[in-house]
Order: sequence, then structure tokens, then C-alpha cells
Amino acid sequence: MAALDDTEVREGVDRETVETVASMAGKYKHGWSTDIEMDFAPKGLSEDIVRLISDKNNEPEWMTEWRLQAYRRWQGMEEPDWAMLEIPPIDYQEQYYYAKPKSMEKKPKSLDEVDPKLLETYEKLGIPLREQMILAGVEGAEQAPAEGRKVAVDAVFDSVSVGTTFQEELARAGVIFCPISEAIEKHPELVKKYLGSVVPQGDNFFAGLNSAVFTDGSFVYVPPGVRCPMELSTYFRINAENTGQFERTLIIADKGSYVSYLEGCTAPKRDTTQLHAAVVEIVALEDAEVKYSTVQNWYPGDEEGVGGIYNFVTKRADCREDRAKVMWTQVETGSAITWKYPSCILRGNDTQGEFYSIAITNNWQQADTGTKMIHLGRNTKSRIVSKGISAGHAQNTYRGLVSMHPKAADSRNYTQCDSLLIGDKCGAHTVPYIEVKNATSRVEHEATTSKVDDDQLFYCRQRGMDEEEAVALVVNGFCKDVLQALPMEFAMEAQSLVAISLEGSVG
Amino acid sequence: MLEIKNLHAQLEDDAEIKILKGVDLTVEAGKVHAIMGPNGSGKSTLAYVLSGRDGYEVTEGTVTLEGEDILEMEPEERAAAGMFLAFQYPVEIPGVGNMTFMRTAVNAQRKARGQDEMSSGDFLKLVREKAKSLKIEPEMLKRPVNTGFSGGEKKRNEILQMAMLEPKMCILDETDSGLDVDAMKLVAEGVNALRDANRGFLVITHYQRLLNHIKPDVVHIMSEGRIIKSGGPELALEVEEHGYADLLAEGA
Repeated sequence: MAALDDTEVREGVDRETVETVASMAGKYKHGWSTDIEMDFAPKGLSEDIVRLISDKNNEPEWMTEWRLQAYRRWQGMEEPDWAMLEIPPIDYQEQYYYAKPKSMEKKPKSLDEVDPKLLETYEKLGIPLREQMILAGVEGAEQAPAEGRKVAVDAVFDSVSVGTTFQEELARAGVIFCPISEAIEKHPELVKKYLGSVVPQGDNFFAGLNSAVFTDGSFVYVPPGVRCPMELSTYFRINAENTGQFERTLIIADKGSYVSYLEGCTAPKRDTTQLHAAVVEIVALEDAEVKYSTVQNWYPGDEEGVGGIYNFVTKRADCREDRAKVMWTQVETGSAITWKYPSCILRGNDTQGEFYSIAITNNWQQADTGTKMIHLGRNTKSRIVSKGISAGHAQNTYRGLVSMHPKAADSRNYTQCDSLLIGDKCGAHTVPYIEVKNATSRVEHEATTSKVDDDQLFYCRQRGMDEEEAVALVVNGFCKDVLQALPMEFAMEAQSLVAISLEGSVG
Repeated sequence: MLEIKNLHAQLEDDAEIKILKGVDLTVEAGKVHAIMGPNGSGKSTLAYVLSGRDGYEVTEGTVTLEGEDILEMEPEERAAAGMFLAFQYPVEIPGVGNMTFMRTAVNAQRKARGQDEMSSGDFLKLVREKAKSLKIEPEMLKRPVNTGFSGGEKKRNEILQMAMLEPKMCILDETDSGLDVDAMKLVAEGVNALRDANRGFLVITHYQRLLNHIKPDVVHIMSEGRIIKSGGPELALEVEEHGYADLLAEGA
């Protein structure tokens, strides 16, 4: 721990964040740097707030109008209530929609002030100490030297992107990877063409909200025939209290290109719940391939179900042209509530969509997650492998739609849906929707539910593993098909996360 | 090595069902003891109680391993202290590679004993060497633990784990069940290779035939939760010839 004591502790996090934002939106530069306590985006949501957000990002008029249009649509929409989730009422006027990191007194000044349980978690994750401090919300942590790794990262801290690495190297390959706020300014033709083309403003309540108030997110464009030279990664972090995070990601893979994209999420422990409503849009043109992997580790609330992130996310990929291929892989271990269905529209002929998912719920967590595979083109293929694990009092639902449209001749889907229960107070549910509107397509669905077996645990323990190690081993075995679909670096992290998420679930 | 005194145990869920009713047994280091007995005599329960499986309640008696009381220990603590049980029905763990399982086990025990973890290289070398002597194909090491293994493969896999973990006290619970003669020979050779002046064995079996291959120093006959007779290897032959009836009558 000695190294930590040497770390300079100051209000650096806030200043850096604010300065980065300021440099992107010069207009407010002076106001921010002189008075960082200034509450520049009041609580609540109105057309004025939408304009303010747009203004802060220095957006062109068409973008402001797009947001306002979304806001007006959203006002006429209702929260979806069909999921198997008990969602306490959310007061949308009690949220900050553009918040700088909140007052400093409340943030831990050093690791000594951080909940030891949280630190223990990060330590077990094998995250370097500097990262641990960032994750724990310790001030000044960002200033500690970083160890370089060959993954380009766009870090979104609260509402703003604080920096993107390897931009130059990517630019040499012609790949654009930048905050979406920057893309709106520098590549308006791409943003105009594709934003909202996969998830329209009026798609659903949360997507509508996001369209109106999204503050930042990542933008990726891979030009024709280019294989992106490295993994792209966005690291999302909610830090401030009472702040909603509404990031928007847009990925465009032009003809014959390839990109692998990783998304990581964390949030500190808070007693209050926090709202996260993101939208991810992927457009894959002819022969393009996109892999999108998520390790979602938002704060899940405590053992009593207090606090945690409400995660309402719309993720959708459009295999717009022939032979495009998209693969979603997600490891969902966090959030108090998860409402998320990464989907594929298989529009082109011979397109392919894959969805691999591990959803772990412990204590009082609730997850209603799955996918939609919309087969529109001929000879399209989709594959769904879902592993749901419930422990404690948690409820875990797989909800999936496989739809074969009349023109989707000779298409195929295979779905495998396995649930694992730990203890006798949790629940697992599988809700598949299957629509087949042609005579030549084939849909297969397999589902199993099992319990972690006492014999398996005793066998492991007799060989010397403690109970938690034994559960982690058995569960990792259960998830193997999905873990294998993750990029190496993420797979390791995901494995340890599986172990950590289930701590205290047995015994 | 292992000292069992007046051990009484019953089912946790049903105190009416008393299974062990005063077992006395001492296994010395370097010795092989065999326990024989009819179905339902409590042999397997004894193995489970010694290794700490849930579901049983010890109501009386003591068990020590090298002088240390083990009854209060968790199963993994007993394992780290040197207790090993070769299961009658080895458990399948889908999706977990056999090698990963063994390495996790070896390192968990090393960690519990305050030793450094074994490196991947050293582990791989060791496991290949031991597997070879048990005629275990490298391919079997990659398959998920016991999943889709034949009866013989499962039992050989148990012995491989025993060889990797190098326990002080080995309990073999009906390791011969479901094995053909060739498989039994292989397993017995594996066990014999581990016989050592510092290691004790307790071999539980229905039949004498396993004891042709693993020669016991002492044979015990168990009935209704107690050891009713102990003797040399000739006792096993007696059972083979006349069955348990005479011995049981004698013991009653």
C-alpha cells in the first residue's frame, strides 16, 4: 500500500475533467476553470436543458433540432412495463442530465476513506492500483502514471469523454475513433447519415430519452477494406451522485472492414440509485464484421438491495448489406436493474448475427435481458447462447425474439438458453418469442435450468478448494461457451468477475 | 496417521438414522488397511464423515490425522492437511477442463499450506508424467472433469488426482466398482506406486479381488456401523469363500 501514500491527492479529477470539456466547448471555458463549483446544468429535464447540453457541446443547429425532436417525442412516450422487473418509480425531474463530478467533500480523499470492501473487490480483480483508485473514485488518481497497453481507450467519465488514446495511430489506418461530440463537429456528414438510423428517436422510452440528452459517447468509423489494427475500447464510469449517464455510441463498419470493440463499465458504491440509459448503434455494410463485447460491472446495490445502477440500454446492430456479420458478447454482472437486448437486424442477404451472454444476478439484483434477431434477408443466420445465473434473492430473465420475415428464405436460428440457480430464493425465467413467416427457415430453441450441485461443490472442496472457489469454478464451467467468445483480455477479467459477483452466495 | 476412536454418526436430517455406532480404527503411516462389509454397513458413510461431507452429524468420538483433530475442519482444510478421498462416483463438472481443475486444486492446497503456487510449466510437466504412468491420454486431460468419461477413465482420473495432490492419507471408496480386470489392474498399479512409508491407505471394497492387486496389511470387517473383526489378508479370503454370513453371526 506504500505506493498509494505517495500519490498526490488533490482536486485534480474534477479540474481535468472540466478542462477537457472546456477545451471541447470553448464557450464556457473561463466560467468553468474559475468556478468549478458552478452548477451549470440544473436538475430536471426541459427543452432548455436539452438546448443547454447541445450548447455545451458546441453543437450545430441540426443536432440541437434533432435532440429537441427526440425530446418532444419522448414526452409522449411511456416507460415499458412488459419486462419481468420491479422498477421503483423514477422521477426524471430529480436527475442531473449534465453534471460535472459533484462536490469534493463527499469524494474519498485517499484509499483509507474508501470502503474496504470495494477495494478488496478491485484488488481481487487484479486491477493495477492506479486503476483501483480511479475505480474507487479517489481524487488525483488520473494523474498517476499509466502503464501502456495496446488497446485504444475512450474514457467517458460521468457525462464527458475525458480522452481517447492511440488516435494518431488509428488515423494512419484511416480509422476514426473519437468522442461522439467531436465526431458531430468534425464528421457531421457521417453522423447525420447514420445517427438514429438503427435506433430511431422514437424507438422506445429510454432510447428517446437518450436521443434528447446524450452527452457523449464514442464514435467509430472504419473505412472500406480496413481491418482495425487494434481493439477499440470505451470505458464508462458514472461518478457523480444523482447523475444519469446517457452515452451514445455509433459504430460504422464500411464495406469489407473489421473492428472489435470492447466496452467496460463501473460505478462507485452509492446509497442512491443512478440511471444509465445508453444507446449503441452499429451499422455493418457489405462484408463488414463487427465484434462488440461488454463487461458490465455497474454497482449492483448492496446485500439489502439499497442503491445500484438502473441500466436501461438499447443496443442494436444493422447488418445493412450482404454478408455483413455482427457478434455481441456481454457479461452482465452489475446493476440493480438490467433492461437490455442487444439485437441484430439481418437486412442484407447471407448476413449473420450472434449473441453470447452471461448474466449474473446476486442479492436483490434483477435482470431482464436477451436479444432480438430480426431476419429480413435471404439465407441469414443467427446464433444465441445465453447463460443466466441467479443467486441470493435475484431474478434473472432471458427474453429473446427470433423473427423470420417472409422474404428471409432459407434462414436459420439456433438458440441455447441455460439457467443456473444457486440457493432456493432466486428465480430464473426464459421467455422466447419465435415468429416464422416463411416455409423454408428453421428455428431451434433449447433451454435448460439446473442448480449448482452439492456433489460438485463437495468434490471440489475435497480436493482443497474453498467454497467460493468451488462455486466460481463450477459457474465458470457453466459459462464457458460464452467466455470463449470474448477477447482474451476480457475473458480473464470476466472470469474473475464471475467469482466476485457470486461471493457470499453460498453457505 | 489416522486415528478413529468410538466414532458415532447419524443423518443430519434424521437423528433416528444412526449409521456409525462406535468405529475404532487406526491406520499407521506406510500401511494399507482394507474395510470390507455388506451393503449398508456404513463403509461409504465412514469415508464421507472422514472427509467432511455435509449431511452427517458426529455425535460421539474423535478423529485425528497426525494427532490433529479434523472433525471441526472444513473439507478443504482436511484436504490441505493431507486427507484424500477417491470417490465411488466421481462427479462431473461440465465446462471445466480436467487440467484446470487439478491445477486449481493443487494450488489451493499449496496456498492453504503457505507454499508458493506451482507454475504452469512445472504443473504441466508433472501432470503429463503422472498421466503417462496411468495410461491417461493427454486428450483426456483437456476434457471437462469426468464428463463423458467411461467408468474406468473416471477411476483412473481419481488416482491421477491422488498422485498430483500427494496426500498423506488416502481413502479409496469402492474404487473397484464398475471396473473390468484390466482397468482394475491399472488403478491398483497406480495406487501401489504411491505406497510409501509416510502415507496411509484405507481401501473400502465389497470384494476381495481388488485386494489381490493392492495387498493390504490389515483387513477389517464392518457391519451395522462398527468394525466387528480385524485380521490379516487371510480375512479377505475368508469373506471371498464363505461370504459375510458366518462373520456376522460370529460378531453378533
